[in-house]
Amino acid sequence: MGTAYLDHAATTPMLPEAIDAMVAELSRVGNASSLHAAGRRTRRVVEESRETIACALGARPSEVVFTSGGTEADNLAVKGLFWARRRPRILISAVEHHAALDPAYWLADNQGAVVEKLPVDAGGRVLPETLRAAIAAGPDDVALVSVMWANNEVGTVQPVAELVAIAHEHGIPFHTDAVQAVAQLPINFADSGVDAMTVSGHKVGGPMGVGALLLARGIDPVPVLHGGGQERDVRSGTLDAPAIAGFATAVQTAVDRRPEHAARLAALRDTLVDRVRQAVPDVILNGDPEDRLPGNAHFSFPGCEGDALLMLLDAKGVECSTGSACSAGVAQPSHVLLAMGQNPVQARGSLRFTLGHTSTEADVDRLTDVIAVVVERARRAGIS
Amino acid sequence: MRVLAAMSGGVDSAVAAARIAEAGHEVTGVHLALSANPQSYRTGARGCCTIEDSRDARRAADVIGIPFYIWDMAERFHRDVVEDFVSEYAAGRTPNPCLRCNEKIKFAAVLDRALALGFDAVATGHHARITDGVLYRSPDQGKDQSYVLGVLTREQLSHAIFPLGDSTKAEVRAEAARRGLTVADKPDSHDICFIADGDTRAFLADRLGGSEGPIVDALTGQVVGTHPGAYGYTIGQRKGLNLTRPASDGRPRYVLSIEPVSNTVTVGPRTSLQVTEITATRPIWNGPVAPPEASLTCEVQLRAHGEVYPCQARLAGPDLLIQLGAPAVGVAPGQAAVLYRDDMVIGSATIAAAR
Repeated sequence: MGTAYLDHAATTPMLPEAIDAMVAELSRVGNASSLHAAGRRTRRVVEESRETIACALGARPSEVVFTSGGTEADNLAVKGLFWARRRPRILISAVEHHAALDPAYWLADNQGAVVEKLPVDAGGRVLPETLRAAIAAGPDDVALVSVMWANNEVGTVQPVAELVAIAHEHGIPFHTDAVQAVAQLPINFADSGVDAMTVSGHKVGGPMGVGALLLARGIDPVPVLHGGGQERDVRSGTLDAPAIAGFATAVQTAVDRRPEHAARLAALRDTLVDRVRQAVPDVILNGDPEDRLPGNAHFSFPGCEGDALLMLLDAKGVECSTGSACSAGVAQPSHVLLAMGQNPVQARGSLRFTLGHTSTEADVDRLTDVIAVVVERARRAGIS
Repeated sequence: MRVLAAMSGGVDSAVAAARIAEAGHEVTGVHLALSANPQSYRTGARGCCTIEDSRDARRAADVIGIPFYIWDMAERFHRDVVEDFVSEYAAGRTPNPCLRCNEKIKFAAVLDRALALGFDAVATGHHARITDGVLYRSPDQGKDQSYVLGVLTREQLSHAIFPLGDSTKAEVRAEAARRGLTVADKPDSHDICFIADGDTRAFLADRLGGSEGPIVDALTGQVVGTHPGAYGYTIGQRKGLNLTRPASDGRPRYVLSIEPVSNTVTVGPRTSLQVTEITATRPIWNGPVAPPEASLTCEVQLRAHGEVYPCQARLAGPDLLIQLGAPAVGVAPGQAAVLYRDDMVIGSATIAAAR
C-alpha cells in the first residue's frame, strides 16, 4: 500500500521530462567555463536552459543567475543588496521563509542592519499601507524590501505588484521569494517590476540543489560566494549543467501546464478543505480563503498538537507537514501563524497539506478517511 | 503491540528498539528533547541531549527501519527533574535525577502521551528485566539499572518493556555492531545529563547563590571551617571540606548532616556515619508482596550502584521503617531505598532520615 503524499510544498516529484533532460546531461563531460568543444557543448546546454527559464518567467536571459537553490538565492538577494546599497534598513515581511529572514537577522546581529518586520493581517498579507508607512519613516535609509510572492506555510498570495510600486516610488529595490509561486501562479518577472526574484528547482518538478535569482538589469548585489565569477560576477562556482538542464525543463513544463494544473489543484484542494471541515467541524482554515496557492490547505486543529497529528497520519500513510521550523527537531510555533495573530497553543496544533502534479482524489480520500479518528486521538493526548 | 521506543542516541536504546522491532511489534522511535537550548555536540561522555545525540538516534531509527520523531519534553523535564534537583539540594537532600526522570518523564509524561496516542507500551534501553510485571536486576551487575527504576509503580511497569533485560553491555555493543548501528562504539553516558560540564556544585551555586555558613564538628560542637553553600555537600562526603581546624580525635571528618535553615554542615568521624535504622517516605509496592504491616525480611539498596544490606522493613503509618542487618554509611536523605529479594525488586521509598 502506498502513501498519500500531501507535502508537495516541501518537495514535489521530479517531472519525467526533467529527469530525462538531467539524465542525458549527467552522462556527458564538460565544464561550461572551458574553452574546448566539451566546454562549449556544456555551455550551450546551460545557456539554452537560461533562455528557457527567462522565457518561461518573463525575464531576459541575462537576468537569470543560477544558484544552488532557494536558500542561496535569498541570501544573495538580502545580504548582497544590503551590502551593495550601504543603507541600514531592511524591510522584510514577518511571514518570510527563514532563508530570507535569517540572513536579515544575521545582518542585524553582525553588521549593523536595522531589520524591520512588516506586519501582516490575519490572512497573512502585507498591506500596501503597511509598507508605505514603514518606508516613510526614512526612505533614504532603506537598503531593500523583501516580501515573498506566496507564503510557503499558509499559501497566502502577497499583493506584490502594489508593494513593488510603493518601493519604487523611493527607488528601493524589491526582492521576492517566488519559490512556492512558480508553477502555481502566473508569474512575469518583467511585468511585476520586481528587482530580484528567488526560484527553486525542486519545488517545480526539477532536481534539488539548483535554483536561480532573477536579477533585473542594474541590480548588482555584492556576491556571497567569491570565486570564478561564473554568473555575472555575482555568483561563483562551476555551473551544475545536468541540474540546470533538469531545472529549465521543469520550469518550462510546469509553466506551460500551469493554467490547467492550477485549476485542477484548486478543485482538489477545495474538496480536501470541504471534507476536512465535514470530518472536523471546528477546524480552522488558515490563510486567505480565496487568495492562496491552489495546492495549499493549512489548518489549525483546536486541542491538538501538530506533532501528534503528523505522527498519527504518518502511521496511516498520510504524509504532511506541521509547516513550522525545527530547531533541533523541536517544533516551535510557526512564526507565520504568530505573525497572523494566532496564539501559540493554536499555532502548534496546525498542519499543512500541499498538493502537486501527482496528487489524486485518492490521496484526498486517504486523508479524509482518517482525519476524524486521528484528531480525536490527538485531542485525547492533549497539549503537553 | 504498538510500542514507543525511547531513543536517546546511545547504543542501549538503539539495540532495544531494534530488538523490539525484530520481535514483530509495530515500533516508533521517539527521541526526547529535554533541553530548550541543546548543545550542538557531545563533549566527553556526558549528556544525552545534544543535537548530535538526536541525530544519532534518528540515524539508528533509519537503520532499524522504524518511524522516528522528536518529542519536546523540555518543559516537563525542567520542572519535574531539574527544578526538583535544585530544590532537593536546597532542602539539604541528595536527589537522584535519573530516577526522577524515569518516574516523572519516561514512565509518566511520555508513557501517558504514548498511551493516549494509541501505543501499548514504552520500551527503553535500561539494563533491567521485567518478568510477569515484576522488576529484576540485569545479569550485568555493573550496568544494572533496577535501582533507578525501583520507583516505578506496578501500573507503570505493566506498560514498560526493557528489551536488554537478559543481556550484558558487552553483548549489546557487539549486537549493535552486527546490526550496523553506528552508535555501537559510542561511549557510555554517565553523570548528570543536564549539567554539561559535570560541575554539580557550580551548577547549584548558579541557581541557589552562595551563602557562607559554618562547618560544625558533631563531637565538639566547634566550628571547624566554613562552606560556600550547604547545598554543595552530600552525606558521607570526605573530600573538599577544607577544614581549618584539625579534628579533636585526629581522625578524618565526613559530612554527617546538612541543615539548610541554619545553613550548617555537620561533620564527624566515620563511626558517626554508620546507621542501622532508616525512615523512608512515600513507599510504593511494585513487587509480589503486600505492604508489610509486620516485619518483612528482605534486602535494601540505598544508592545507585551502592551496597546491598539485609534488612527488616515494616510500615509505620505512611512511612517505611527499615532496620538494617549491618550498619551502612553515607545514607543520604533524598535517595531511594529500593527493596529487593535476591534479584527481584519488591518496593521502594524515599529516605527521609537515618540513625
